[in-house]
Amino acid sequence: MRSNYRPEVAATPSLKRSPTSPRTLFGILMTGLVFICVALALLPLLAVLFYVIVQGVSRLNLQVFQELPPPPLVEGGGFRNAIVGTLIMVGIGALISIPFGVLAAIYLSEFSTGKIAKWTRFATNVLSGVPSIIVGVFAYGVIVLTMKTYSAWAGGFALSILMLPIIVRTTDEALQLVPQELRQAAVGLGATDFQTVSRVVLPAALPAIITGTTLAIARAAGETAPLLFTALFTQFGINWSSGLFEPTASLSVLIYNFATVPFKNQQELAWAASFILVLMVLITSVISRLATARRVY
Amino acid sequence: MSSPAINTQSGIQPRSRWSRTLDQSFIWLTRLFALAVAGTLIWIAIEVAIEATPAIRQFGFNFLTTTAWNPVADQYGALPMIYGTIVTSAIALLIAVPVGLGVSVFLSEDYLPPKIQLAFVFLVELLAAIPSVVYGLWGIFVLIPILRGVGQGLNTYFGWLPIFSTPPVGPGMFPAGVILSIMILPTIAAISRDALISLPSDLRQAAVGLGATRWETILKILLPAAFSGIVGAVMLALGRAIGETMAVTMVIGNSNNISPSIFAPANTIPSLLANQFAEASGIQVAALMYTALILFALTLLVNILAQLLVQRVQRI
Repeated sequence: MRSNYRPEVAATPSLKRSPTSPRTLFGILMTGLVFICVALALLPLLAVLFYVIVQGVSRLNLQVFQELPPPPLVEGGGFRNAIVGTLIMVGIGALISIPFGVLAAIYLSEFSTGKIAKWTRFATNVLSGVPSIIVGVFAYGVIVLTMKTYSAWAGGFALSILMLPIIVRTTDEALQLVPQELRQAAVGLGATDFQTVSRVVLPAALPAIITGTTLAIARAAGETAPLLFTALFTQFGINWSSGLFEPTASLSVLIYNFATVPFKNQQELAWAASFILVLMVLITSVISRLATARRVY
Repeated sequence: MSSPAINTQSGIQPRSRWSRTLDQSFIWLTRLFALAVAGTLIWIAIEVAIEATPAIRQFGFNFLTTTAWNPVADQYGALPMIYGTIVTSAIALLIAVPVGLGVSVFLSEDYLPPKIQLAFVFLVELLAAIPSVVYGLWGIFVLIPILRGVGQGLNTYFGWLPIFSTPPVGPGMFPAGVILSIMILPTIAAISRDALISLPSDLRQAAVGLGATRWETILKILLPAAFSGIVGAVMLALGRAIGETMAVTMVIGNSNNISPSIFAPANTIPSLLANQFAEASGIQVAALMYTALILFALTLLVNILAQLLVQRVQRI
């Protein structure tokens, strides 16, 4: 252990560690390695953000929001239909998963004791680990095969399953953070369980629930794999008269399709669409970070 | 307050029947939805299994060990995709585990003031928030050209090793593994950090009190104590790497061949699904569903193990 042990030092004991002892040098080396690890981790983040911003902003203009995707070798164009399609499908996903997830979380944190809650939380965590492409395959089997057409509904359904575990978990955590005294006070004033939850507990946890929901929506908007063969893609606008039962464009599938073709104009549009998606993710992440940082009950 | 006589006379009245029914049905409704979340998981498994049945009946377990994927002759075998999935995930773990552990140590020690440290945690989490398809786009136009240079060097000097034996053409398992490592890094870093900071501070105090340096404490006390949490983090990351679709599909080159060289184009199960599903028909759909079922079983297994390990950490 003490390779540089010398009697005369031991005679006048010093608690200072020698700056050249192997143990100190090893520590400095490891600290340096860890700093390099952090640099390695942040390098791709900065590189992705840099390229998306530089390439995306240079192609961004008003046209992009007004026009439809151009065919190969045609200049100009935009992705109005993809923005609308993403909004519709994320909207459908939110409409299904928010009530579903919030009610399930209310049961987990308010009414359940023991085993059911434990296993449901476990299942929720496992559900959030199911690959998004599997959810796409599932939605294909359930909706596309029965309705015999690709549709915004199938895409929205697939997104709802991806959003569900996020909403259940964040709502569950938010409800558990509401102090027990609030519930006791409500019950003491004669409130029923339903009144306690709907008038006292939910409003108290609302900011955190909204934060979690926003994160789920942002994540869903960037999902591609579950839309590939549920909503497919189209270069045409939304045709409301079909009741959304037709292939529907989305920003993420547009990026995938246009990134893998050799046409410069379409590639540039893919970067512009990426910029919009990344901007949305950044804004929601920052807002949710600020909202949860100032969590006061 | 207005008529105290009523208060003293009637006391507390029993709840109306309607109010009690509302309460009970509300509780049952929430219970139903909670059970439905777990039910969704089972529903997915059953649905995929049903759709895969024709292929399971026709190909049986040979499906896992044969290499043909020929829609024209209706010959299907999933071995190349299973191989591609394993190799890309292994490359990803090889890069992301040491770097992610380094980041988690950095972010759990007191190198930085707490506020700046939290900002770094946020930045690492942001890495996980960027959509997969954006990573794919970046991979095609930025990462592949960079990695082609690296690959050329490895091929020239270490070409005698089978894993570097083919010249890099661009897309392949190597760029796919590197991009996966970027995407799973935040999972490893964040959950390992949770495991490290939830250790009781007595451990560190005792180690330092015995004269250990910072790094002796980390390597001999803290990391072993947080080991199960770290393994859980790596398993969760592995689950993510196996199932990751878009970024991999865009940079792996989509070829159904098995090559020992990591520079060769290949396919993973998710990338096969993403490529072929929309155009498939007949028994090909069933064969794709079969691969999806394999993927589902694989990720389920990895995730359940990971959850059990991570849960144990949270109980400490």
